[in-house]
Amino acid sequence: MSAHTEATTGPMEYRTQEGRMNILGFWIFLGAEIALFATIFATYAVMIGRTADAPPPQELFSLPITLLMTFLLLTSSFTCGIAINEMRRGSKNGLLLWMGMTLVLGLGFLGLEIYEFEHLVHEGASISSAAYWSAFFTLTGTHGLHVTVGLGWGILLLIQLYQRGITPRTASKFFIFGLYWHFLDVVWIFVYTVVYLLGMVG
Amino acid sequence: MEAFLDFFFGEFLVTGQPLIYGAMVSIALGSITVIAVLTYFKAWGWLWREYITSVDHKKIGIMYIIAAIVMFVRGGIDAMMMRIQTSLPGMTFLDSQHYNEIFTTHGTIMIIFMAMPFLIGLMNFAVPLQIGARDVAFPFFNNLSFWSFAFGLALFNISFIIGGSPDAGWTNYAPMAGAELNPGPAINYYLLGLQLSGIGTLGTGINFIVTILKMRAPGITMMRLPIFTWSTLITALIIVFAFPILTVALALMTLDRIFGAKLFTLAGEGMPMMWANLFWLWGHPEVYIVILPAFGIFSEVISTFARKQLFGYKAMVYAMVIIALLSFLVWVHHFFTMGAGGGVNSFFSITTMLIAVPTGVKIFNWLGTMYRGRITFETPMLWALAFIPNFVIGGVTGVMLAMAAADYQYHNTYFLVAHFHYVLIAGTVFGCFSGLIFWYPKMFGHKLNEKLGKIFFWLFMIGFNVCFLPMYFLGFAGMPRRTYTIEPEWMPLSLTATAGAFMMAAGFAVFVYSIYYSFRYAERETQGDSWGVGRTLDWATATPIPFYNFATLPEFDSKDAYVGMKDKGETTYDKSKVEEIHMPSNSGLPFFMMLALFIASFGLVWEWFWMAIPGLIMFFIVMGIRSFDYNEGFHVSTKEIHEIEQAARGEDSK
Repeated sequence: MSAHTEATTGPMEYRTQEGRMNILGFWIFLGAEIALFATIFATYAVMIGRTADAPPPQELFSLPITLLMTFLLLTSSFTCGIAINEMRRGSKNGLLLWMGMTLVLGLGFLGLEIYEFEHLVHEGASISSAAYWSAFFTLTGTHGLHVTVGLGWGILLLIQLYQRGITPRTASKFFIFGLYWHFLDVVWIFVYTVVYLLGMVG
Repeated sequence: MEAFLDFFFGEFLVTGQPLIYGAMVSIALGSITVIAVLTYFKAWGWLWREYITSVDHKKIGIMYIIAAIVMFVRGGIDAMMMRIQTSLPGMTFLDSQHYNEIFTTHGTIMIIFMAMPFLIGLMNFAVPLQIGARDVAFPFFNNLSFWSFAFGLALFNISFIIGGSPDAGWTNYAPMAGAELNPGPAINYYLLGLQLSGIGTLGTGINFIVTILKMRAPGITMMRLPIFTWSTLITALIIVFAFPILTVALALMTLDRIFGAKLFTLAGEGMPMMWANLFWLWGHPEVYIVILPAFGIFSEVISTFARKQLFGYKAMVYAMVIIALLSFLVWVHHFFTMGAGGGVNSFFSITTMLIAVPTGVKIFNWLGTMYRGRITFETPMLWALAFIPNFVIGGVTGVMLAMAAADYQYHNTYFLVAHFHYVLIAGTVFGCFSGLIFWYPKMFGHKLNEKLGKIFFWLFMIGFNVCFLPMYFLGFAGMPRRTYTIEPEWMPLSLTATAGAFMMAAGFAVFVYSIYYSFRYAERETQGDSWGVGRTLDWATATPIPFYNFATLPEFDSKDAYVGMKDKGETTYDKSKVEEIHMPSNSGLPFFMMLALFIASFGLVWEWFWMAIPGLIMFFIVMGIRSFDYNEGFHVSTKEIHEIEQAARGEDSK
C-alpha cells in the first residue's frame, strides 16, 4: 500500500504518504489552535475594561517595545519562509542559516515579551490583579508559551538536520514547523491589534 | 513527622466515611488480585508488548472499551447510591456533601470516561476496517491518545480516596467551583483530569479526520463510506472545534484557582457567567460527540439485520452535517433562566428546535430502511429497535425544554434529568451495547451468548423505563434535581425509579456474566462474516483479524463494499496480488509521556510545584526523545502473509 504512493518528484515533504498525512494532520491541528485562540480572544474581549483597582492598560502599554516585538516576529516569519525555500532548493546550509536566524529573532521576541511582563507586574498589573489583566496575561502568555515551545522544537530540528541532512522525513518536519511558526505570527498580528493598539487608545 | 501524619490522614486520604473505607479495601483487594494474576501467569511482558505499547487500532479500541465498561460500573455504582438515597424521605444513607460528590462524579464519569471512550473504542476498532485501511493515519499518536485518556481517568478517579471528590456538579459552575467557595484539591482533580484526557480526545479527532480522508481503499469514495465512518468523521470534526474551548475553559479556571487569576471570581471584576458560556460552548457539541457515533452504529445494525441498503444515505449524511453545525449554535439553552433576556432566549430556542428536524429525518430513514426488509432479531438489532421509540421520547421532551418560556417551569427539575437520560441512555448507551455485541465476534473470535444477551436487553430496557419515566412526573411535581433528600409526596414515584435502577443493574450483571459464559462456552468463529449478513468491509476480514487487516483488496465500485465482494466471490486474500506490507512499530514512549503529565497534573492538583515542574520537564524530555525517534516500522514478508491468511481461512499452507 506504500510502494505505489511514493513520488520521486515534487517537494520532498509531500513525497511519501506519511509526509502528506502529517501535513494534513497538522493543518487540522492548526484548526484546533484557531478555536483555542478564538476562545481566549473572546474571553479577553469580554474582560476589556474590567480592571477593578488595577491600572488600566492605556497607562501601561508602551508602543516602542511592542512594535519592536512585532517587527522581530514578522521578520522571523519572513526568514522562516526563506528557510523553507532553501530547503526546497536542497541547500542544507541555507536551511540551517535561515532557520537559525528565525530562532534567534524568536528568542529576541520572547526576551522583549518577558521584559514587558516584568514591567507590567512592576507597575501593579499581574495575572491576579483584576479580570482584565488575567485575560491579558492568559492571551499573551499562551502565545508566548507557543513561541517558547517553537524555539525548543526548532533547536531539536536543527540538530536532526545537522545529523541527517535534508530527507523526506526531516523536510516534512521542517515544513510543519514552518506552518506552526507562520501561524504564531498570524496570531500575534491579532494580539498586537486587538490587545496593544486598541488597548492604547482605550 | 507528626505534621506529615496529620496531613496524610487529615487531608490527603479521605477519612470518616464507611462507604469510602469499603471502597478503599475493595480497590486494594482488586489491585492485589490483578497484580497477583498477572505475576502468576507471567503476563507482564505480554501485557506491555501486546497492549500497553501497541499501536494496533484494534487493540487500542479494545482497551478503550474495557476502560469504558469499568467506568460504567463505577458511574453505575454512583447512580445506585443516589437512587437509594432518594428512594425514601429522610434517608441517611449519604449525607449532603457525599451526595454532591456522587452526582458530580456520576455525571462526569458517564460522559467523559464512559460514553466517549466507549464510542472512541468502537470507532478505533471498526473505522479502519470499514474503509479498508491497515491502521489509522497516526498509530503512535493513537496510542498516545489512549494513554492521555487513561491517565486522565486515573487522576479523576483517585480523587475520592485521595483528597476528596469534586462536588460542584459535572458542569462545575463558577463561582461555586472557585477557590474561595471551594478550596482544596477536589475541583482541581476535575480540572486537570479532564484537561489530561482532553488532549487524547483532540488527538483522536485529528487522527480520524486524516484517516478517513486519506486512507480509504481504492474505489471507496466519500459518498460510498459506511455510515458509521461518516458519523465518525463528523464527530471528529466537532471534537477538533469544540475541545479547544474546553481546554481553554479548564485552563482559565485552573489559573483562577491555583495562580490567583480573577476570570470567574466575584472579586477583581471577574465574570462567573463566562464559565457557563464557555462550558456549554463545548458542552453542547459534546452531546453530539456522544450521540452521532451511536446514530452511525444504529444505522449499520439496522441496515445489516434488515438486509437492506440504508434508506436515504445522502439524507443521513446531510442530516449529520447540519446537526454538527447547529450543535455550536444552541449552547444558551442550558441556562435560559440565568438572565440572558427574551431576544437571546428566543434565538437559542429556535436553533434548538431546528435540531429536531434533521434528527427527525434520521428517524424516518431508519424506519424506511426496515420497511419491507427481512428483519431478524439478533441482540444488536434489539438494542437498535428499542432505541427508536425510547430516543423519540427523549427527543420530544427535549423540544418541550427548548421552549424558553416553558423551560422556566421545567428547568432544574427531574423533568430535565429524565430528558437527558432518555437521550443519553436510549441513544448513546444502547448504541454502545448494540455496537459492542455487533462487533464482539470480530474482537474476540466468538459471539456473546444470544439468550443471555436477550435477558440483559429486556431487563435493562424495561428497567430503564421504570427508572426514568417516573422522573418526568417527579419533575412536574416539582422535585428539583441534585436534591439529596425527598419530600414524602414524591416517594411512590421515586421508589419506583429506584426499583427500575435495580433492574438495570441486574441486567448489566447478566451482561457481565455473559462475557464470562461466552468466553468459556461460545462456539468459536471460523469465518469472517460473523452474522452472515455483513455489508461493510469490516466483515470481509478473516476472524481473528490479521494484525495488518487486509492482505489485498479489490477495486470497489459501489456502496456496501462487502455485499459487492460477496456477489463477485472476492475475498481480502487474492494470492496473485499479495505484496509486502509495511506496518508501524510499537512504542512505549506514549505511556511515559502521559505518565509524566500525570505526575505533573497530580502535583498541580495539590499545588505542589516541586512535583509539577519535574513532571513537566520529564514530559518534554520524552517529547524530545520522540523527536529523535526515526523508527521506520517493519515489513511483513509475503511468505508470512500467505501463512497467516491460509491458516485463518482454514486452507493448508502447502
